[in-house]
Amino acid sequence: MAVLHSAPKFTLIDGLKDTLSGALGDMLVEAKEEHGELLLTVQRESLEDALRLLRDEHSYQQLMEIAGADYPSRPERFEVVYMLLSLTKNSRIMVKVTASETTPVPTATTLWPNAGWLEREVFDMYGVVFAGNMDLRRILTDYGFEGHPFRKDFPLTGYVELRYSEEEKRVVYEPVELAQDFRQFDFLSPWEGADYVLPGDEKAEGDAGSPGAPPVDEPKTTEKPGQTGAGEKADEKAAERESAGAPAEEDSGVADEGAPAPTEDRPDEPARKGKSADTAKATEPKKGGDQ
Amino acid sequence: MTAMVIEESPTTNDDVITNYTINFGPQHPAAHGVLRMVMELDGEIIERIDPHVGLLHRGTEKLIEHKTYLQALPYFDRLDYCSPLAQEYSYVLAIEKLMNVEVPVRAQYLRVLFAELTRICNHMLNIGAHVMDVGAMTPNLWVFELREDCMNFFERASGARMHSAYFRPGGVHQDVPEKLLVDIGNWLDNRLPELFGDAMSLVLDNRIFKQRNVDIAVVSKDDAVAWGFSGPMIRAAGIPWDLRKSQPYDVYDRMEFDIPVGTNSDCYDRFVVRVKEVYESAKIMKQCLAQMPSGPICSDDRKVSPPKRAEMKQSMEALIHHFKLYTEGFHVPAGEVYVATESPKGEFGVYLVSDGSNKPYRCKIRPTAFSHLQAMDFMARGHMLPDATAILGAIDVVFGECDR
Repeated sequence: MAVLHSAPKFTLIDGLKDTLSGALGDMLVEAKEEHGELLLTVQRESLEDALRLLRDEHSYQQLMEIAGADYPSRPERFEVVYMLLSLTKNSRIMVKVTASETTPVPTATTLWPNAGWLEREVFDMYGVVFAGNMDLRRILTDYGFEGHPFRKDFPLTGYVELRYSEEEKRVVYEPVELAQDFRQFDFLSPWEGADYVLPGDEKAEGDAGSPGAPPVDEPKTTEKPGQTGAGEKADEKAAERESAGAPAEEDSGVADEGAPAPTEDRPDEPARKGKSADTAKATEPKKGGDQ
Repeated sequence: MTAMVIEESPTTNDDVITNYTINFGPQHPAAHGVLRMVMELDGEIIERIDPHVGLLHRGTEKLIEHKTYLQALPYFDRLDYCSPLAQEYSYVLAIEKLMNVEVPVRAQYLRVLFAELTRICNHMLNIGAHVMDVGAMTPNLWVFELREDCMNFFERASGARMHSAYFRPGGVHQDVPEKLLVDIGNWLDNRLPELFGDAMSLVLDNRIFKQRNVDIAVVSKDDAVAWGFSGPMIRAAGIPWDLRKSQPYDVYDRMEFDIPVGTNSDCYDRFVVRVKEVYESAKIMKQCLAQMPSGPICSDDRKVSPPKRAEMKQSMEALIHHFKLYTEGFHVPAGEVYVATESPKGEFGVYLVSDGSNKPYRCKIRPTAFSHLQAMDFMARGHMLPDATAILGAIDVVFGECDR
């Protein structure tokens, strides 16, 4: 696919994927190249060795970022992604491991000193444990915070809110109370992508009495006006109306009364002078200046 | 009374004084925001610093997961509120990379122009604040004048002084008036060099300023690389690494500019690198103004950028596109990218994971300050307590971005 976008262009080294895959050997789980990025998934246990190899042998000198991500449907729900940058080769790669709540990921603090805070952040936000990180405290959340807020099952509103209590003269924590329901707007088109029941459609599903959605495979034919295509009930109603005859066609034989006569005390309006187009600029001051 | 206490203090008896711990912040004028540092001091010498960040944590990344791609854009203005457009830049480029959208040339020039204006605006704040941290008042007031000018330019382009939300996936939000470009050109030729030159003439050779900054927090090249430094911090260490040069995006590859590098890698070098960068940014902006072609300012792919207002009055198709873009938003093909740009403070990256829907599945923001601030402990060790403010000032940290 032709590259149309103008995002940062780093050096794409020919055969980099094969070179690194070969170098990593058994440590590699998967290597894929998409959107111009090289993603290497490695065995969790051998992460440290893999990163050391990439740093020392393949000159990825800088660890720019460690990102966590949560995929709750997977057996090992977390992904930890290491963004490596090579200053000499001008190249970027991403190295991935998967983890669950209970499986510790080897620390990278032995390789890069700045991995400490980055791992603390992933631990804080997702609860991924890093074996060997000597200082695995929370970093971004509040002192004494419980839970891991960036997990997909953690609600956006959180569980506690804090306020300053005038009675106790200190900040108190209370369960979140929303003044109105949390509104989640989802504008996905119901014809593509939305996998939930549309509001108002709840009854249509699973109700034995209702006909449900009309069969789309059979072509719909209408032989009589009474066939509405909306089910038997609607057909009956339509048939009733049809037999009763359209009321407008019946002539009652009484002449229209016409408009009511004007009341007596209606003042006579002076006759309009000129055409309406003449009055368009009536509000503008006169040029003669006689006012 | 005090003298008597000193006379009886344990030092005179050759006893060891135990170190004591002080709390710097969370509300401290030199902390550039809400930073709490627990400092262990031996007399006035810093033995250890434990920075506590996260006091401004707002969960931006989680909020972004609950918004459509376009709705999430203004959050980026609010990260580093001193250089808003630089953060938007990484985000829109990440989206464009996933969608493979072509951006018209005029939009690319406009984005580079305003990204560089943002850099000047950011450095004005940092240079002023750094100077004030070490005791000088006047230059800060002068460079704030220039910052005010920048703000006015942003307002004239986007309608907002700080939180512009001007860069959009596929281009920019709206075209700029011709007069604005003329005014920016005049400002670059006259007011900026005069006022900025005056302000810097007070500082750069100032004896007190040098005493407070030269040889403070020297970081070797190897350390700078190992600690994940970027931007002016790594350039001050003598490594000519600038993403605008090495990994050019938009029309940066057409620009001619130099990368200022330091020699001693101390706080003074970091300061001077930023001062020089202001002139380089001005150079880039002048080239943008000279080369900018006319033409469309956003992609003509109606699945990405909205149609013109006038078109909507006539065309049903345009009306539908507008409605769909501002309710459902556009869908981004599944995939993951890490896009980093050279923000004024360093490498600002966005790791964007899309599951093919209209909302980001995960949006990890790589703040510049996080790695730099982490090195605070090793940079400040062995220095005096007042040096901590100079080191902080030279890091150029903003907590909206650090804490997200």
